[in-house]
Amino acid sequence: MGAAVHILSWICLLGGACFLLVGAIGVLRLPDFYTRLHAVSVSDTMGAGLVLAGLMLQGGLSMVTVKLVLIFYFMIFTGPTATHALAEAALQAKLKPVVDDREP
Amino acid sequence: MSNLKHAFNLTLFLFAVWLLLSGHYTPLMLVLGAASTLLVVFLAIRVAIIDREIQPVLLKPSVLFYWFWLAWEIIKSNLDVTRRILSPGLPISPKIFTVRAGQKTELGRVTYANSITLVPGTVTMDIDEDIFTVHALTQAAAADLERGEMNRRVCSVENVF
Repeated sequence: MGAAVHILSWICLLGGACFLLVGAIGVLRLPDFYTRLHAVSVSDTMGAGLVLAGLMLQGGLSMVTVKLVLIFYFMIFTGPTATHALAEAALQAKLKPVVDDREP
Repeated sequence: MSNLKHAFNLTLFLFAVWLLLSGHYTPLMLVLGAASTLLVVFLAIRVAIIDREIQPVLLKPSVLFYWFWLAWEIIKSNLDVTRRILSPGLPISPKIFTVRAGQKTELGRVTYANSITLVPGTVTMDIDEDIFTVHALTQAAAADLERGEMNRRVCSVENVF
């Protein structure tokens, strides 16, 4: 494997790790259940996506990469479905969202 | 009798996926793979989810371009949400609002609702026919969605029979 691919792969992996961390910080900092869903969204899309992209670069053109693509494919379909289920359940349970017009 | 055709297509598709992923091609393994495929198809028939929606070809080929557009939107809003999470002042302005989905098919609406949720900053909370209740992290994200570009793009990749 070329050095360039190797470096690019590590940029993706470390970038993904940063976004996973940002998602975790967001879950801690944001004020309520609904806003925290947006933080989880960051880890789900950018975090996991970049980690998978980095692993695909490590895998090269192989069966491993095919499986990683399938994992990514399932994730982008099940992720929002789970988020929607959580949001709808909270709404049904009449959990009051924090609504704020402070900053546009 | 078209459900039988769908069940047959599903069997072929599942067994192809099994062959692709297993990597074991001894006779015993192949029989076990076929048996598990048939079990899954049997369960799918039992819970009555065999209909034309099991076919992944209900969207136009141009859905590929939509995915690239969506990926770019996801990257942009990821950076925006990241910036807000890390800002000391936590500059958010949560808002709940409704949008009208212009899609004609159920799959089109699911695609639109999932796209809204997939983009950080907006989450679809509730769906009532074509009215989506959306929670946005910021007024800006809400205004972005209300402009309706995503709605139009999903409409244009929808295959209406």
